This record gives sequence, structure tokens and C-alpha cells, in this order.
Amino acid sequence: MSLKHVNAVVVGAGAGGGVVAKELCEAGLSVVILERGGWVSFETHGADELLNQRTTVLGNAYGPDDRSPRVVEEAPGKWVVVMANDEAYSNNAACVGSGTVSYGAMAWRFMEQDFRLRSIYGTPEGSTLEDWPISYGELEPFYEKAEQEIGVSGDMSKNPFAPPRRRPYPMPAFPYNREGLILEAAARRLHCHPFPIPMLRNSVPYGGRNACVHNRYCCGFACPNNAKNGTHNTVIPRALATGNCELRTRSIASEVMVDDGGFARGVRYFDGDERAQYQTCDLVVLSGGAIETARLLLNSRSHLFPNGAGNRFDWVGRNLQGHAYSGAFGEFEEEIFDDVGPGATIAISDYSHGNAGLRGGAVLCNEFIRPPYSFSGIRPPGSARWGKEHKDYQRRFFKRTVAVLGPVQEMPVFGARVQVDPAVRDHWGIPVARLSGHRHPLDLEVGRFISAQAERWLREAGAFRTWGTLPGLGLSGGQHQAGTCRMGDDPKTSVTNKFGQVHDIENLFISDASLHVNNGGFNPVLTIMALGYWVGSYIGTAFKAGRIK
Amino acid sequence: MQPPPPHPGERVGESVAAEGRPAGMSRRAAIKLGVVGLVGAAVGAGATSMAARLGRAPKPRWRRLTDAEASLLADICEELIPRDDAPGAADVGAVEYIDLQLCGPFARHRQAYRRGLDSFARTCEEVFRGPFGGLAPADRIRALRLVEQGAAPGALWGDPSQQAFFNLVLAHTMQGFYGSPRHGGNRDYASYRMLGLDYPQLVGQDRRGKARA
Repeated sequence: MSLKHVNAVVVGAGAGGGVVAKELCEAGLSVVILERGGWVSFETHGADELLNQRTTVLGNAYGPDDRSPRVVEEAPGKWVVVMANDEAYSNNAACVGSGTVSYGAMAWRFMEQDFRLRSIYGTPEGSTLEDWPISYGELEPFYEKAEQEIGVSGDMSKNPFAPPRRRPYPMPAFPYNREGLILEAAARRLHCHPFPIPMLRNSVPYGGRNACVHNRYCCGFACPNNAKNGTHNTVIPRALATGNCELRTRSIASEVMVDDGGFARGVRYFDGDERAQYQTCDLVVLSGGAIETARLLLNSRSHLFPNGAGNRFDWVGRNLQGHAYSGAFGEFEEEIFDDVGPGATIAISDYSHGNAGLRGGAVLCNEFIRPPYSFSGIRPPGSARWGKEHKDYQRRFFKRTVAVLGPVQEMPVFGARVQVDPAVRDHWGIPVARLSGHRHPLDLEVGRFISAQAERWLREAGAFRTWGTLPGLGLSGGQHQAGTCRMGDDPKTSVTNKFGQVHDIENLFISDASLHVNNGGFNPVLTIMALGYWVGSYIGTAFKAGRIK
Repeated sequence: MQPPPPHPGERVGESVAAEGRPAGMSRRAAIKLGVVGLVGAAVGAGATSMAARLGRAPKPRWRRLTDAEASLLADICEELIPRDDAPGAADVGAVEYIDLQLCGPFARHRQAYRRGLDSFARTCEEVFRGPFGGLAPADRIRALRLVEQGAAPGALWGDPSQQAFFNLVLAHTMQGFYGSPRHGGNRDYASYRMLGLDYPQLVGQDRRGKARA
């Protein structure tokens, strides 16, 4: 039985896919969303500190599970199979809304400089650093749309480094927690410019949903109060409400079918009953995240693209990156922990760019609440890992430790990549992603600088002892995975054009962090959403004008 | 040591069976029996004699571990997070946590536990001339340090390596002590109480306005 032909298939109901699906539905296109996971809520696993999307020792609360392994290169030539809750897996999520259900929800715009890194800093040896084919100014209206439609609380008036904006945030900023208040005064004494972190979370009732009640279980959890804004409770319901959208959960896409004329004709997938299905369409949008989108393209081999769709010049899956998180912890004499969730409230952007002799930098923020088990692994160098001394430390410092961390931009590395494994297949028989490569050494250099600024900030705030935390030089990725299908003007050094349209396959698009030419010195989700509006707007206009057939 | 609490959804019968619940007995009856068993234990008549009176052999207390493995593991847990004025890891169910997870998410670690505990027991015999539980406190810490640093006799260890085994048990013990009680450890929120955290947190309670400098 063949499925009814539709205008568009969107693969993945996360940050990028949710937005693009809604845009296409509102433009009048019929849309099928294929999502590999299902609907989840706080009740799925509750306030479980060992089984959520951040601490995954007993599994991923919001997917995927052991049916979807990956392979990683642990040491040169040594490939190992990893499960979805292993750290090396580089997981995001597998559910309606994907990472936007359980994220910390920081709502950053990248800065103008982030779109022009090569022009500003030059490309270092061993990196494929490049400017974006679009400017901040071009994307600005789409950032605004994301903030208004999905819902962001914030106030950038105190951040002189913020990129220009036309409209204020739709909701007021969140107040600082106790950590934030202490850090704010300290930052001012250091002549920095502290400001509240913008959040995809309701500081007041918005969009028909509640205001945040500041419970402890936020980052890593679905919101028990539905006050955190993801695509699952904003744009996806709106897409469904148009009547033009069908969301098929538990649907595992295996291949994009590309014909001999170079057009995508449909998507093969396995439905919730594990039956092979083929959904034909006029156009396809891939929004599976930087690893799964690359994997799907590489698994879509055709006469014209024997190495995978869009992979004529071997750029699909390249430049896998995340963030080189760097920062510091500080110990205080007095209790600072106030149990006002989710914990992260304050930022400084003084070290995002313009750091002498360095390429890029990072925004610095105080951290989300660390539950007791997570905290048991946080100790100054040389501390006891167990025994009475370890237990005493837990007792003394659980409420007296503050963390400040920053997502350092990574210099893209061509050899950091996603391939498909020649031997290992998932539960559905589809070749799995295999990951290999490493970070650029310069990331560590910037990381050291950022870490030193974090320590300085904490000491000024009253910490009597601080210690830095630095990234390793292994492969990056994780929840902030990006870069594997870079957008660009030259088909020989990118995968899509500036509208997310795959070079040579004019009805195949990408709308997720795969497009990022670099990943900014900020959490990337608002940029993924803005690109979703950007790509969706282009497709809607082009399709109605008959330019995509 | 108290019997482990029943775990929703997974083999509830078996955890109650530690007090001698015969097959086919209703859960309500078993719970009543459990109360009797506990009272009995308080006056010196243990759960085992209750089972004997019912004429059935008690089911094994552990799901995956042998009694010897569980006993050794409890001794290790007690060193990793010792009892002081607050309970230690073994007191609050760290072994129960590990045993239960070996039936689920930790199934992939079964072999590591079986072989690792055996290698550790033989290390203690060879280096310290006695079982771990019988060693002087300082020697117990020495034995664990040896394995933590990978300095025990290499011939006694294969896969897992001694350090891999130590790190595995350490991580799982921390989880069983500091993690959510629903998985068999951290009984009665013991570690949360030790840290002065209000648990369980009332979900939906409005915590706005709690921030004060």
C-alpha cells in the first residue's frame, strides 16, 4: 500500500525540524514529519537524577536507546561500539521536540563576528574555518521570530557586546539567584558587564502556558510545569493545528531516494510497527541533528551520488564540532546554594571576542544545579575520590561551590567527522554513524584563557579556592553537535547553499546545526531555530513560485 | 541490614521474598508477613526461621550476585563511602542498587563484576593473606588503593583491568548512595538528608523569591 504523496517530508522533530515544518504548513504545503522517538513528558521518568537527559548512567530519559548504537574511534584504528547513553556517543535526544524538551534553554543569538570568523581571525593551520555565507543582519529578523514565536525571557540592555536587535524580548528577564547576585557584584568590580541569561522559558505566562516556578529539575528534564519552551509545545502543535501536518512518531528514516535526474523523490523509513514504508514527496528537509543528518545523507546512495546524497566533494559529515567547554569551580565559606532552579542565571560576554592574540572566546555563565551524584565527581585536583575525606567534602561543599563555564568556539577540523560504519547496523538494519577525529589544539589555548577569566571572577566573588576545568583534545560533538553539512557559496567546499539547499539536489534541504559553518561561542539552539525560519521561509516562497518541483 | 524495598515494576515478588514469601501468596499477605518478619527479627527470630516455619527454602536474596559477591561488594562500598555520623553506602542499599541494575542497564557489566570481584578477592588473599572483610581497616584501604592505581599483581587481573573494575564499582557506589532512591539505593533519602536538601522536592512548588544575597 503506497502512502499518499505530500509536498514535503521533514525528518526529525527537533529544534530545526519543528520550526521548518510549521513554516511550510503555514505556507500551505502538506507536510509529513518523521520522528524516530515519541511524545515524552516530565512524567516519563520524573525527577530521576540517574536517568534523565543530562545524567544518563541508567539510560537516556528521552532517547535513543540501545537499539541505536554508534561506533567511535577510541584510539587510532581502534573502533568501538558505544551505546546511546555512553558519553562518547554524542547524544542529543530522540523524541518529539528532541533536545528542546530537556535543554537548559539558553537562548543566545550568535554575535556578528561569529558569522565572519575567517575574515576577522584568519584560518589557522589544520582548520577549515570559514565565514558564513549569510551575515548576522540577514538572520536577525529570523532570530526575532524565534524569540517571539517560541518565547524568550531576557534583557540585553546591560550587555554592550550584544548584537543589534530591533525588538526587545517578549518576556522580562529572570531574576538572579543567590549565585547570580554574588557574581553580579563581582563582575562589576572587575569592570565586566553582567546581564541575565536569555532563556527559552517563561518568566511570565506566555503562549497560553505557565510561568516558571524555578524547580530543581530543569536542565536534563522535561519541564513539570510546561514553562520551558521547546518545539514540542510551540511550533509543532501550531503546525498540527494548520491541518496540513502529519507527525509520524517512532518512524526511523533509512534513506532519501534520489533519482537519475538528481531530484529527491521520497524517504524510506520504518514505521512504529517496523514495517518498511516509502513516503513520496515534492521536497525533503533533513533535521536529524549534525550526526544523524550526515548519516542519512551518507546512507542515501544513488547513481548520481554513489558516496551519498550531496557528497560529491566529500564534505558530508566533515567538521563535526560542538563546544570546548572551559571554566572553573570555586569554593566559598558561606552557603550559596539556594535551590532556586534551574540555577544558571548570569552571564558576561566580555570575553566572547577581541581577546588579544586569541581566536574567538566564549560567553561565561554560572552553571545549572548539580545534583548530589553529579557533584560527587567534582573535586579540586588531587582530592580524594572516595572514603571519609570524599564524603566530608560532599557535606561541606555541596552548597558552597559555584561553577562558571563557557562554550568556547571550536576551530573546525576536516578530519573530525561522521561516516557510516561498514559493518555495524542498528536494530532496523541501517548502517550506524561512526565518529572519528579530534579538536583543534587552538581550542585548548582559548579554553585556558576562558578558564582563567572564570577563576578570576570566582575569586573576586569571594571564592577562597578555585580550580579550572578544560576540554580534552578528543572528538567533540555532544548535544551541541554541529557543522557536518556546512552551508556555503562554493559547492566544492560546502554541502548546501545559503538557504540550506543541498548543492546539486534542488529539492533536498537541511535545517539543523549541520549547516553551522562554525558553532559560535554560545549555546546553539536559538541559531538552529532562526535557521529553521530562514530555510522554511525560503522553501515556502520558492515552492509557491514553482521554483521547486 | 534491612531487606531492600520493593521496586515498582520489576520483580517485586523477589525482593519481598527475602522475608520468605511463598509463590502464589498475595502481595498484601507478603507485606503483612514482612511486618511480622521485621518484628520477629527484633526479638531475635529472623526471616529465615519464618521461612523455615512455612516449610519453604528462602529464595536467594540477590538477583544477580552470589551471597559471597554481595558480601564482598558491601565491604568495598563501606570503604568507598564509610559510615560515620551519617549512614555509609552499604547501609543505604548501594549493593541492592548494583544488584538490581545488573538485571537491567548494567547487564553489560555482569562479567566485569563476576571476574572483578573474584580477582579482587584473590588479590587480598595473595597480597594481604586474608579475605578483604577480615583485614585491618588500614589494609582494606591499602588493598583498594592498590587496585585503584593498577598496582596489584597483574597475573590476577585480566578483563576488566583492575583500574577499570575499581572505577566501575566507585561510580556505581556513588550512584547507589547519592542517586534517586527509586533505583534501590539511597534508602530513605539518607544522602539527601545528610546534605540538608529537602527531598523529595515538591514538584510544582513555586520557588520564586527564594534568592537572597
